Amino acid sequence: MSNDAIIHGPAVHTTHDVHHDEHHVHHHKETFITKYVFSQDHKMIAKQFLITGIIWAFLGGLMSVLFRLQLGYPDQTFPWLEDILGHWAKGGKIQPEFYYALVTMHGTVLVFFVLTAGLSGTFANFLIPLQIGARDMASPFLNMLSYWFFWLASVVMLSSLFVQTGPASGGWTSYPPLSALGGASDGSKTGVDLWLISMALFVVSSLLGGLNYISTILNMRTKGMSMTRIPLTIWALFFTAVLGVLSFPVLLSGFILLLFDRHGGTSFYLSDIVLASGEVLPNEGGSAILFQHLFWFLGHPEVYIIILPAMGMVSEVMSVNSRKPIFGYMAMVGSLFAIAILAFLVWAHHMFVTGLNPFLGSVFVLLTLLIAVPSAIKVFNWLTTLWRGNIRFTPGMLFSIGFVSLFISGGLTGIWLGNSSLDIHLHDTYFVIAHFHIVMGVAGFFGMFAGIYHWYPKMYGRYLNNTMAYIHFWVTMVGAYLIFWPMHYEGLAGMPRRYLDYSGWESFHQFGGLNRFISIVAMIVFAVQLLFVFNFFYSIFKGRRVTSSNPWGSNTLEWTTPIRPGHGNWPGEIPEVHRWAYDYGKDGREFIPQTEPIGANESNH
Amino acid sequence: MSLTTIFILAILLLGFLITFQIAKASEYVGILKGEKKTLEQNNRINAFLLILFLVGGLVGVYWCHELFKGKILGEAASDHGLKIDKMLHLTVIITGAVFVLTQVLLFWFAFKYQYSEKRKVYYLPHNNTLELIWTVVPAIFLTVLVGYGLFYWFKITGDPPKDALVVEVTGKQFNWIYRYPGKDDVFGRKYYKNISDPADNSLGLIWEDVPGLNLKADKAAQDDIVTDKLVLIKNKPVKLIIGSRDVIHDVGLVHFRMKMDAVPGTPTTMWFTPLYTTKEMKLKTNNPDFVYEISCDQMCGKGHYSMKGQIEVVTQEEFDVWILSQKPKYQTAVLDKNKEEKKPAGAAADSTAKTAVTTIAPNTVAVKK
Repeated sequence: MSNDAIIHGPAVHTTHDVHHDEHHVHHHKETFITKYVFSQDHKMIAKQFLITGIIWAFLGGLMSVLFRLQLGYPDQTFPWLEDILGHWAKGGKIQPEFYYALVTMHGTVLVFFVLTAGLSGTFANFLIPLQIGARDMASPFLNMLSYWFFWLASVVMLSSLFVQTGPASGGWTSYPPLSALGGASDGSKTGVDLWLISMALFVVSSLLGGLNYISTILNMRTKGMSMTRIPLTIWALFFTAVLGVLSFPVLLSGFILLLFDRHGGTSFYLSDIVLASGEVLPNEGGSAILFQHLFWFLGHPEVYIIILPAMGMVSEVMSVNSRKPIFGYMAMVGSLFAIAILAFLVWAHHMFVTGLNPFLGSVFVLLTLLIAVPSAIKVFNWLTTLWRGNIRFTPGMLFSIGFVSLFISGGLTGIWLGNSSLDIHLHDTYFVIAHFHIVMGVAGFFGMFAGIYHWYPKMYGRYLNNTMAYIHFWVTMVGAYLIFWPMHYEGLAGMPRRYLDYSGWESFHQFGGLNRFISIVAMIVFAVQLLFVFNFFYSIFKGRRVTSSNPWGSNTLEWTTPIRPGHGNWPGEIPEVHRWAYDYGKDGREFIPQTEPIGANESNH
Repeated sequence: MSLTTIFILAILLLGFLITFQIAKASEYVGILKGEKKTLEQNNRINAFLLILFLVGGLVGVYWCHELFKGKILGEAASDHGLKIDKMLHLTVIITGAVFVLTQVLLFWFAFKYQYSEKRKVYYLPHNNTLELIWTVVPAIFLTVLVGYGLFYWFKITGDPPKDALVVEVTGKQFNWIYRYPGKDDVFGRKYYKNISDPADNSLGLIWEDVPGLNLKADKAAQDDIVTDKLVLIKNKPVKLIIGSRDVIHDVGLVHFRMKMDAVPGTPTTMWFTPLYTTKEMKLKTNNPDFVYEISCDQMCGKGHYSMKGQIEVVTQEEFDVWILSQKPKYQTAVLDKNKEEKKPAGAAADSTAKTAVTTIAPNTVAVKK
């Protein structure tokens, strides 16, 4: 079928009809419900994940604006806050319970709902079938369930915000005994139960998705698409899925034990506790530290679950827009593999000061700093990919370059924190906040933005507005550094995290002005994210139409589909693959798609 | 909603509208000019901005350092702290060099190899020598850092000297309780079910028989001193035995660069040697209000941000005078009160009587120096 039909006609229906007529694969008639709600099309599910993720990112970001307001202006009152939030902001001041609820929800929402579901949920769903040449996931039905479990998790988490005693407020790590005892914190009453239920649903969603991604990648690659020919995005999403499948169940087990402690009278995590009310608890012999082991056994791989897909997409976008092959494909795959293995062997570096055996600590230091080696390989390979390329600064490319910059900045401070003797001083200070926000939070977002800007034309058949995209990139880039760079200094001064007011402290009150500055920048950056959200939704309907099926001149298979592919992706046969995905600038040709057979006179690489 | 808020919202909205209109207009202009020309123009602007960001960023990093280097607490006040600071400096130098090198390369390459119609890209899929170099070189530097780090780590977490002062620190929502072993130099037994704030036994010390809990009185507990201030001795190693009554807390000592969690049910320890008295620090920091603070560094509930402890570092002579002036807690909480009220003791046991009696031997904690 011709591209013209797609540009001018109501594209999706045309494609679907053709598909329907030619192949008789889908005999069911698509209704609004099956097409947009309970869809089994991986592309629609990807969009569902993405849009749900955007909504959560908005809420999570808004929470950070609220607590930054408190941190920047601890001595002021904002009466309008009371209008909106009621007793949570009595007298226009954010109450401590609410402050802790905000930071807890901000962390949970952004780590799990945005940077896990919103990031790998979106792009694993969208890219895996398209880039390996499959009509859909191995099990489209499980894939649909994966989204709807995420949706359920979202509803439960959202509802916890409206509980009278407030949502969970013991930090996103939810360490017991604080999270186990309603008597120790209001948020640990109904809030933590809802939090745990929501997270359990989320784990189910993540497992259904992950198993699907793995089986699809292993079994459903098109003819010629060997594992060494798949794009790096797919490798990254593959390792991400493996990490999730192996580590989320451990988290779930930790949560179940916590539920038992809360309601079953068990003592897995509880021992020797007298509540502030004077109540003496009967529990003896439990270990509060056990939860931290179970939590971080997921918690650490989790940060790679966030960053690996970003790395994969950045590699792809960077190669396409440098018009040059990614440097060291096998080294990139090898380093992803090394990171995935090491991800399971470093969890206790979050626990250096819990009283952990110092010898055990030293083993974790060694393994933690080992991660710097594959990370360094990746950074140098990205740099070499840029070297002697012919770079187009599309918004996706800018975010990719920004990602590398942030990954370097945040990765290097990981070398500080992973070294246990430095961690004694820096643990749980603003240094940690600066570190993980740069290397995981903002970098994860940059990877996601790179992906969105790059694949938006494939998702919606339209472009995002470029000018708004450039404003979005530059303000976010500059803002991210302005917010998080100075926090390193607060951390070096030992300023503890999760304090809502430092004015009572002789040791930490010297940063009042800086905190105000950070808060102002954070609000500006948040406003610019709203600009992006606007651009996203506006462009779905009004964006510039994509007029060629391969707008970026890219080698990968998703650009061999029609501009608005229907369910099944390719109207005809699935194309066969003859080469790797990175033949850019080879033999004087700008790009050679994967579908092109190796020429007789073609040089080897 | 106040007028200012509405005003700010209005400005924001206006800003959005203007940005949106400009963005829309520039898209039309782009289409009119042709895709290729627009791309080239945008490319040049962004390449320039990238190099500007690099230069501005590096200047900013330097400026930020000048601005804040005076605010990061100055010299460490413990021997371990000095080691940690030394380690910090080594790490800054190594990671700082890598930071500048890689960021410069990143933005410089981006600027230098920006799109040009004439440029032919260099088809370079891999190069084993290069890849080997940047695997091995970082590995060597990391080995150095790991080596130094672990050397200090084992010194810091190793056993304290035998003559160290031993103090017990217990966290609770939201303050700290300190215990000195008293004249006999032995911490008496305690049991958490014996804790009773109304009876002034905040640590559950077993001063007298508690039949309800199956506890026998421990003489060693009777001279233990419980304080609300931690007093340490200059140049004398101190070992802290850290515990918690409710949730996890953390003894954070910024000036000493030390930190250790307080975990309910699992005692932890740390030791260090203070190098300056509080008075000396007041002079050193030029701050008459200077005080060694204990900050709780592990999220512990709504009062976490205000969970503060005070340490006073004094000379040995001052310490001897101070400790002599402290009465054992048993004296003030039970004996003195009994004299006043002329009532039999046992308030401590009564208040916990509602707790179920366990037949299992109580998990008592006795720590000897």
